This record gives sequence, structure tokens and C-alpha cells, in this order.
Amino acid sequence: MNPGNYLVLSGLLFAIGAVGVLVRRNAIVVFMCVELMLNAVNLSLVTFSRIQGNLEGQVIAFFVMVVAAAEVVIGLAIILTIFRTRRSASVDDVNLLKY
Amino acid sequence: MDPHLLAAAAPITSTSGGEALTFWIIAPIAVLGALGMVLAKNAVHGALLLVANLFCVAVCYLLQDAPFLGFVQIVVYTGAIMVLFLFVLMLIGVDSTESLVETLRGQRLAATVLGLGFAGLLVFPLGKVIKGQPAAGVADVNKAGGGNIHAIARLLFTDYVFAFEAVSALLVIAAVGAMILTHRERTGPKPSQRETLRRRIESGAVLTPVPGPGVYARADSADQRPALPGGSNGLVGGAPSELGPGGGAAGGRGDDAGAGDAGDGKAPSGPVPATGPGAAGGAAPVGAGKGSGL
Amino acid sequence: MTPAVAAGAEGGAVHYAAASGAFSLSWLLIALPLAGAAVLLLGGKRTDKFGHVVGTVAALASFVVGLVIFFTLVGRDGSDRAVSQHLFSWIPVNGFQVDAGLLVDQLSVVFVLLITGVGTLIHIYSIGYMAHDPGRRKFFAYMNLFLASMLLLVLGNNFLALYAGWELVGLSSFLLIKFWEYKPAAATAANKAFYMNRVGDVGLAIAIMFMFGTLGSTNYDHVFTAAAGGAIGHGTITAIALLLLLGACGKSGQFPLQAWLPDAMEGPTPISALIHAATMVTAGVYLIARSAPVFNETQAARTVVVIIGAVTILIGCVIGCAYDDIKKVLAYSTVSQIGYMFLAVGLGPAGYALGIAHLLAHGFFKAGLFLGSGSVIHAMDDEQDMRRYGGLWKYMKVTWVTFGLGYLAIIGCPPFSGFFTKDKIIETAFDKGGTSGYILGIVALLGAGITAFYMTRLFLMTFHGKARWSHEGADAKHPHESPTTMTGPMILLAIGSVAAGALFVVGGTLQDWLAPVVGEHGEADHVLSPTVLTLLTLVVSAGGLAGAVLRYQLRPVDAVAKPDAAVSPLTVAARHDLYANTFNEAAFMIPGNYLVRFLVWFDKIIIDGLVGGTAATIGGLSGRLRRTQTGYVRTYALSMLGGTILVVGALLLVRAG
Repeated sequence: MNPGNYLVLSGLLFAIGAVGVLVRRNAIVVFMCVELMLNAVNLSLVTFSRIQGNLEGQVIAFFVMVVAAAEVVIGLAIILTIFRTRRSASVDDVNLLKY
Repeated sequence: MDPHLLAAAAPITSTSGGEALTFWIIAPIAVLGALGMVLAKNAVHGALLLVANLFCVAVCYLLQDAPFLGFVQIVVYTGAIMVLFLFVLMLIGVDSTESLVETLRGQRLAATVLGLGFAGLLVFPLGKVIKGQPAAGVADVNKAGGGNIHAIARLLFTDYVFAFEAVSALLVIAAVGAMILTHRERTGPKPSQRETLRRRIESGAVLTPVPGPGVYARADSADQRPALPGGSNGLVGGAPSELGPGGGAAGGRGDDAGAGDAGDGKAPSGPVPATGPGAAGGAAPVGAGKGSGL
Repeated sequence: MTPAVAAGAEGGAVHYAAASGAFSLSWLLIALPLAGAAVLLLGGKRTDKFGHVVGTVAALASFVVGLVIFFTLVGRDGSDRAVSQHLFSWIPVNGFQVDAGLLVDQLSVVFVLLITGVGTLIHIYSIGYMAHDPGRRKFFAYMNLFLASMLLLVLGNNFLALYAGWELVGLSSFLLIKFWEYKPAAATAANKAFYMNRVGDVGLAIAIMFMFGTLGSTNYDHVFTAAAGGAIGHGTITAIALLLLLGACGKSGQFPLQAWLPDAMEGPTPISALIHAATMVTAGVYLIARSAPVFNETQAARTVVVIIGAVTILIGCVIGCAYDDIKKVLAYSTVSQIGYMFLAVGLGPAGYALGIAHLLAHGFFKAGLFLGSGSVIHAMDDEQDMRRYGGLWKYMKVTWVTFGLGYLAIIGCPPFSGFFTKDKIIETAFDKGGTSGYILGIVALLGAGITAFYMTRLFLMTFHGKARWSHEGADAKHPHESPTTMTGPMILLAIGSVAAGALFVVGGTLQDWLAPVVGEHGEADHVLSPTVLTLLTLVVSAGGLAGAVLRYQLRPVDAVAKPDAAVSPLTVAARHDLYANTFNEAAFMIPGNYLVRFLVWFDKIIIDGLVGGTAATIGGLSGRLRRTQTGYVRTYALSMLGGTILVVGALLLVRAG
């Protein structure tokens, strides 16, 4: 088997995550889709690491995970705050900043 | 993705048949999990499907000689982060299911087309480029570094020490930020125990603990009848009617609704005993309780 | 080159002494009437009751200061009589320094006395004349403003200060002509005066810019030293002189800008006397006399000056014969008399002092004539048509006598002032020599004769002959003598018109006095003997007088003028101001209108269309583009994904081929 298959898998997962971000309205689901995209990227990084034969890719994937963790914390806090004031977790309801 | 770069890597390892087998089992599950998450109507289902997907990705890490990341993925992602997601989901309301009717005209179609296009763009040229391109593999590097974890640790604390420090600072900042974001400013004075109690009594809520699930009783009080099947309290026309079975189910549903609507300010009306004028007897103990409570 | 040497007092360099003693008070001359105007204008209705007193006292105080300065100046040496006072730094920009300063010298002090003296008399006259006018306070405020502006004009020690006074004078003239702005004719006349003055002002402004450009300064001492020293190129100096002349023509109502002056008679009569006869319109003569060192350098410009003077003399005289409106006739006589002054100053150093002398004498007799006409108009219930006068001498004796003295002065009857000054001008014109000298002399002589004719006509039609008005009927007239406040100034001015000429000209008093400023007059070679010429002038004038007596005294005068069809073509032309207005209208106004219409069209359709169209297009596009900002984060994410696909696709296309 060719390691390139992991990259194909990664590309598919990323595209699915992107579509999810575009079609879902529940902010938490949107957020989960973003996590999926991040993971897809991580997978490709690990695969690159393997193809290149050094560990830098894994280190970067590690950093991505840490940053993603921080992002999740903040993102969920923001969703919670919005929910508290607007009683809604739909990204479409937050559309006041417009023409 | 650069073919020259790929060509430059020395062909050291070829993948084993076991890895291929595992991959071909894991990869469809991962894709299905991802698709399921996007398509799931219920957010909790979506979260669980994401867990499955992340688990598959973790397996992929393991397959590619990245055990550290694989286990970190399982512990941090499928463990901690997804728990956080579920926690927030529960906090917001699991049953606030989202309508699947698209409100933005053409959004779904455009998203699908663009998503497919993007996937095609990523997959097909890639598949063409990587066909027959062997990989260097990291097994040797791992071995040279005294194992994957040691090797990564060496990198982290030597070459990437500043990035590491910056990221740790970021984590702390994120934690503080989350606290600040979710912190509620107290606008009035902190209510004393006395005021809390008074408010609770004046609201007419049940003072005593609510009976446990699975019983017909709606209150621990002896003068309260159990609910009738269908959730009514059996008070018709102001006159108390006979006790009947099935009140437990109604009470249970009422409790669920109460939990689900925790935030919307509506007090659970089902189990409240003293709602009608005929329930004067029921109200009396409350009044007495009020009197004695003070 | 003799004029150039004569012009610069000491070897071409012009130097002014610093102000001290009484001269440091010269700013008071301007400040007093300015303060009067400020009090009256800012005080508003509160000062209605005593406004005329404030105005008159301010003018009188200024006159007193002027007298003090004059006598201090007389007490000084001839070479020490030009005193410059630095007031403040006006435009202190690095490398571009303009100082505000005053210059008191022989020329300006003469003007100060004329302006404040005649001004004060006319202020007093106006107390009576405007007694029943509700806007009297405003009238005095404007008159004070005019005095201040005019004094700034003559006292400034640089051309920029002169220009400031020049424009302020134009403003106050405008305000006073339209003083009865409810009369459409007055409002139109004010606008006309303003526009035509502006044509001249542009010339003056450009001349000043030339000075800045070539010398970096407009101070008289710098400019005149440079001019006399030959520091300015001949072409430049001719251009400056001609532009100054254009300004002078505009302000003084000279050909070809004379058409506004008769119309300006729509203003109150004291204004006609003060501004449009005695002072403001002579500013052009002052400008040329002041710029004598510049004009001395350029024969071409002086030729233009004398031509303009000669042409204007004839225009004024001819039109003066045709009008029946007493003020219009006086206005055209003003035009023609200022023509004499231009002729004089155009003749070079020999004529400057004569021009100024005639100017001063004219200031007296023309102000007196105007005040007399005002008295008549006042008595005849604002009737201005001379054909409806007649035999008035019985009813207003003081006016008759004072007007008569002014009349004798203007026609050059010895020994009144006009005789001395005009005679000298005619003599100097002949003395110019050559054919041009003869032409100018004959024009001046002819002008004297026609002046005698139309002034006699005016005098006879007004005061003598049969009364062409009645005591009864619908428009019954009750002529009466004017109050003392009006007759007093008239008497004083009449005395001035009698005495001024002899005082200034006999023995060359004024010429000697002004010599340091405008140059020595020297002794000319007489082409004709002065005695012969004087007799000739008297004969010509007597001829004009006799003609008028024959026509208007011995034959009855019609109460209504004959229609145009019944009179000679020359009379018709004169009645139409020799078609000056028609010419202006055809040559400037109508093409100007078309030009403006075209420009308006161009501006509206092309420029505004371009600007507005661009704005509208961008506005419309942005309105549509704005709609893409839906506020839905998913829409934005979609476009982001699209963009990403484009970028990735382009990358793949380029890199992976």
C-alpha cells in the first residue's frame, strides 16, 4: 500500500469537514466540523513526516493539537456566551453585522 | 505534494500487508464517521460519530509509526475535547435539534459542489502524483532517537523549545480567556441564605426533595395524590379524584422537560401541586411551612 | 531722460523719513472714521438718534488731525516732508515680507485735506439732506467707512495698502449707490458700478502682482527707486503702467470704463458729491500721480493716458449737452473734468501738479455743484429733470449764488478756480509740442468751449427762464431754500471754488509743494504765448456760453424733450451715452452670457455628469455589492472555500503542470 492513500483520506476528510461547516447551522456542529478539518490536516502532516523520514511533521501535528485544544476552549466559551444572550446556538442567528 | 521532493526521498520501506489491511478497514469507517457527523440530525449523534472518526485517525497515526500522536489523539481529542463538546451540548440543550431545511438559497448545493470540487482537486492530482512513490518512513528515525516519544521530546525541547513555550502560554491564556468569557458579572448583592429560602418558598415550588424516579408520587408529602396516567393530577372540577397508576411516567416526562428547559425560566408545571383553588388543602402545608420557615 | 532724473528726488533714490511727533498720529486719520463706522454699524438702532452726530464728529476730528499734520509738514524742510510710518508686519512670511505702513507726504496730505475737508462738509450737508430718511444712521456709517477707506488709499506706503483702500472704497461706493436699494435703478446701478470697477481692479491687482514678481515688494520707495534706477525692464514697466492705468480708468470713470459713473447718480446726492465727484473718482488721478516715477519711464503708457484723457473730455462734453437730468449732466461733466486731469498727468512732470490742482479745484466746485443740485432736487420734491425747472433763482437765493459760483468756476471764468487750473492744462497740452500737442490742445480747448455751453444750459434751465412747473395742480411744487446744515457747506464750498485755483496755481504754489513727489515741472518752451492762449480759451468758452444763452435763455425751453426722431443723430447718440452701454452689451455682456451659459451647460452636463455619473455608478455598484454582505457567516465561508479552490487549482496548474 502506498502512504499516499493517507493523504487521499486526509483530503476527503478535509472536504467533508468543509462541507459540514458550510451546511450546518448548529454552532457546535460547525465547530466539530472544524475539528474534523484540523484532524485531516494533522493526518496529512503525520503522513508527510513519514514520507520525508523525519519527525518534524509529527511535532507540528502536536502543536496543531495543542492549539486546537486552546481553540476549542475559547470557541465553546464564545458559543456559550452567545447562547446565554441570544438563546440560540445557530450561526445564522448571529447575522447582525451586515449591510 | 511536490513530485521532485517526493522523488528525492530515499525508498527505504514499503508498507506491510497488515498496514494495508488495517487502512482499508479504518479508512472507510473514518469517511463514514465524518459523513455521518455532517449529516446527523442530532448533535449528540454527530459528536459520537466524530469520536469514531477521530479514533480512526488515531489508528492511522499508529499505523504510520507515530504512537505518541496516536495516543495523544485518543486521550486529548476523543477523550478530553469531545467530552468538552458533549458537555457544552448538554448545557445548551441536546434536544434543540436543528431544522434541516436550508434557509440560505443555494447554499447547500453550492457547498456540495465546492466540497466535491475541493475533494477532487485534492485527491485526483495527488493520486496521480503519489502513485508508486515510496516513502522514507520514520521507523529509523524513531529508533535512532530511542523511540518515538523520546525523539519527539528531544525535538520539542531543543529545536522547538520556543514554540513549545509559546504554545503553553497560549494554553494558559485560553484557560483564563474561557473563564473570563463565561464569567457572569453579579449585578446585585449576593443573596443570603435567608433570601434564597424566602424566594423559594414564595415561588410555591416544592420545598421537600422531589421523589425519586419510578414512583407514582408527585411529592413526598402524604397529602399529595400520585399523578394519574396521562400526567393529570386527577383533580377534575376542583374535586380530587381517585388515585391512578401511570403518574410516574408523566412525572418523569415533566422532569425531563424541566431539565431540558433549564434555562428558559419556565418552572416545571407538572409536579407543582397547588395550582387550582381546589388544592387548598395542598397549599395549606406550604403556607404553614412558610410560617414555620420564617 | 530728464523726467526720470526729475522724478527721483535725490539722484533717483526715494527715501522716506521715519514718523515721529505728530506724524505718529497719522493712523488716527483712518482710525477715527473707521471707529465712527464701527460704532454706527455695530451699535445698531441704539445709535439712530445721534448717529449723524457721531459720523460728522468722526469726520471732523479726522480733518483736524489732517490739518495738524499738514501744518507740521509745512514746518519741515522740503526734503524732509515725506514721512513713512511703519504700523505692523502685515504678511510676515519668510522671504515675503509685507508691512502695513502709512506715508504722509506732500501729495497724500493734500488728498487727506481734500477728503476730510470736503467729506466733513458733505457730512454736515447730509444731516439736513437725509433728515427724513429712516436709514440715516446707516448712511453716515457708510460715509465714515468711505472716508476711512479713501484715507487708507491715499495714505498707504505701498501698493498693497493702496489696493486694500481701493477695494474698500469700491465697497463703500457700492453700498452708498444702492443705499435706496428698493429702487431697481439704484440696485442695478450699484451692481454696474461694482462690475465695471472690478474690470479696472483686476488691472491694478495684476500690476501689483507684477511688482511682487519683479521686485518682491510693493513699497513705494522700493518700487520707485527701482523704476527710476532702471531696475525694471522696459516692457515690464510699460505693462505695469498700463495695468495701473486700467485700474485708474475703472475707478475714475474714464474711457472705456466710463459708463458706470452716470448711473451711479442713483445714489443720494451727497454721495454723488462726495464719492462720485470730489474724492473717489479722483483716485485714478492720484494713482497715476503717485506712480509718477513709473509713468515717467514709459512714454507709451503716458501716450495712452493722454489719449484716454482727451477722448474722455470729448465724450463727457458731448453727452453732457444731451441729457436733461441735472445729476446726469453733472456726472458727465465730472467724467470730462477727470479727463482733463488724466490729460494733465499724462503729460508727464509738467502736468502732474496741474492735474492735482485741477483735481482739488474740481473737488470744491463739483462738490458744490452737486450739493446745489441736491438742494434744488430737495426743493422740487425729487424732480431731477431740468425741463421741469426754470426760474428758481427767486425761490432759493443761496443755492443760486453758490451754484452760480461753482458754475463760473467750472467754465473757467476768471478769476475763479477753474480758470487757473484748466487754462494751465490747455497751455501745457499745447506745450507738449508737435502735432500731438496741437491735437491735444485743440481737444482741450474744444472741451472748455462745450463745457461752457452745457453748464450754461444747465444753469439757465434750472434757475432762469420761465418756470416750467406750477404752484397748483396734481404735482404742485413749492420750492424753498434748504436748511442751514445744507446751505452752510454749500457756501463754504463756493468760497473754495472761488479761491482754490488762484491759491494753487498762481505762483506755482502747488507745483513747488508737490515737486519732491511728482518731479519738477521746469520751464517749458511755449508753443503759443500764454497770454494768447488764455485769451483764446476765454474766447472759446465765451462762445460756448453765448451759444447756450442764445438757445436756452432767449428762446423758450420745451417742458418735454423732443423725441429722438426730431433731433440730430449726434444728439440721439449722446442721449444713448454715445452707445457705450450698447457697445458694452454687445461686445461683452451678450458673448459673456453665452459663454456663461455654455460653461453652465458644460459644468452641469459634462463635469457634473462625469462626477455625478461616476459617483452614481460606484454608488449603484456598491449598493449591489453591499447585498453580498448578508451577515451569514456560512456565506462568507462559502466564498472563502471558493477562493481557496481557485488558489489551490492555480497552484496545481502551475506547479504540477
